Amino acid sequence: MKAPNSPRQGKNLLASIPNQVILVFFSLLAIFPVYYMVVTAFKTRPDWLHDQFGLPNPFTLQNITGALQEGEIPVWFGNSLIVTIASLLVSTAVSALAAYAIARFRFRGRAFYFNMMIALMVIPPAVLILPLFVLMVNINLINTLPSVIIIYCGLLIPFSVYLLVSFFRSLPPELFDAAAIDGCNNLDIFWRITLPLSTPALVTLIVVNALFVWNELLIALVFLQDQSRKTLMPGLTLFKGHFTVNEPLIMAGTLIATIPMILLYLFGQRLFVEGLVAGAVK
Amino acid sequence: MPEKKPSSVAGSTSRKIEPYLYLAPATIFVILIFLYPIVDIIRTSLLQNNPNGIKTFGFTNYTLVFQDPVFWQALGNNGKLLLSVPILTVLSLLVAILLFEHVRGWLVYRGIIFMPYILAVPVVGTTFVYLLGLNGIVNTLLHAAGLGFLVQDWLGSVKWVLPSISVVIIYREMGFGVVLFLARLMSLEKEILEAAEIDGANFWQKHVYVTLPQLSGVIEFFVVVELITMLSWVFAYVFTMTGGGPGFASTVMEFYIWKHAFAFRSPGIASSLAVVLLAVTTVLIVLQLRLRRRSLEEPA
Repeated sequence: MKAPNSPRQGKNLLASIPNQVILVFFSLLAIFPVYYMVVTAFKTRPDWLHDQFGLPNPFTLQNITGALQEGEIPVWFGNSLIVTIASLLVSTAVSALAAYAIARFRFRGRAFYFNMMIALMVIPPAVLILPLFVLMVNINLINTLPSVIIIYCGLLIPFSVYLLVSFFRSLPPELFDAAAIDGCNNLDIFWRITLPLSTPALVTLIVVNALFVWNELLIALVFLQDQSRKTLMPGLTLFKGHFTVNEPLIMAGTLIATIPMILLYLFGQRLFVEGLVAGAVK
Repeated sequence: MPEKKPSSVAGSTSRKIEPYLYLAPATIFVILIFLYPIVDIIRTSLLQNNPNGIKTFGFTNYTLVFQDPVFWQALGNNGKLLLSVPILTVLSLLVAILLFEHVRGWLVYRGIIFMPYILAVPVVGTTFVYLLGLNGIVNTLLHAAGLGFLVQDWLGSVKWVLPSISVVIIYREMGFGVVLFLARLMSLEKEILEAAEIDGANFWQKHVYVTLPQLSGVIEFFVVVELITMLSWVFAYVFTMTGGGPGFASTVMEFYIWKHAFAFRSPGIASSLAVVLLAVTTVLIVLQLRLRRRSLEEPA
């Protein structure tokens, strides 16, 4: 899909004022909860009780330092990083291989396999957790990071295969034929031609999938029950339970948990947008 | 897009098994994470404990589930959440069209309106618990506006808890809708819209008769994705905002499955509930297959 650089040029400034007003309204709604989280994280509790709207007065870092010391937030943060990176590495590699087979070869069951992937994108994780829990107990992986890494990989594969197949199919087949004539085998073609040409698709896929893994709650909650093994999202719900009477501290925790995704968004907004749109429209 | 013909490869035996080797790792994951659990919940849902201690196959779990009023309530709650999909779609379309129509600052607006979508559901949920609390900002604003009679315990009232959760879901999902629709709008041919303007169509005529029909594919896609979200991805909202309460007023299927599996420790019931949820989502699988395959076959 071609995306031109800008929307249509409007007629005149005056006529666009009602539109501007509506857009400002929606923008304020979108940004207010984020504003609230950020300012609350830097308020003292008396200040927060006195005024929930305004900027911090006095400004304090005690919630941030408190959240970093009191809870096990640094440990959970590290666990989230490990789980996210490992799931992305494995699922991307596995999905790229499968997508390459579907896009490049003709074989029995190809259409069935691809349709199965599309169908699996709909399955609710809640349906799968009980058998997977028993399985993880039986193979002694319960309460370990690999248990959730394996599950996340599985959950990411259908969408990743779908997205990569549609991208691989858009590459010119002449390239592959030329490489084949030059004596490259299929694995060479995959490694040296398909993957390098697919860097934009791979990057958008990784960004979108990182968002999913970093933010996931249900699987992490069920499979990581030890305090020190938790990732950030179930950790935060625990943290929230312990400090119910200290709202600024809780907001500091949620802010810390959100920072990596906000950074990723600030630097790669385009990637998020492209990845989500490509998954839909391609 | 038209499917390119894969380059022909000679039919030797090694060539024949080659594609399956590429598929093998993904297949192992799919079997382990999807297929085995699905077979297993169906089996577990049919196992029943008899008084003599011997397990046999039967429909006892299902009978219990269908007699359980909370099950019907949870299913109904998912149904009520589905009702927010039209609202979400219309709002997203409206904002996307406004962004498309107007000149200055559209990138900034898009950046801000999309942002909630990158926030984790537990983060959004935790924040909204404060905003919607009895002394939260929403009620403070209502008081300030002289609308004190509207003040509610938004998440603590049986009547308001589901609409409140819907609003939070719409808050987060709208960013996705706006970005999706805007991208499609920008790929439309401008000549047609300009022709409509020259012919004297006003804002609404233009968009209702010219823009919307061209957006039907992407609207259909968005609606299906959001229907899936309302059935399969609302656990984290409920868990962080209400814990299914008050009573069971905000208990959804996912949450009830999780409760039975891990809090009540009744795997048979949890599995039957899961099978029912799976059956409901099968309808969406059919829709999804139709949509996705079509979008791969022809240009969007």
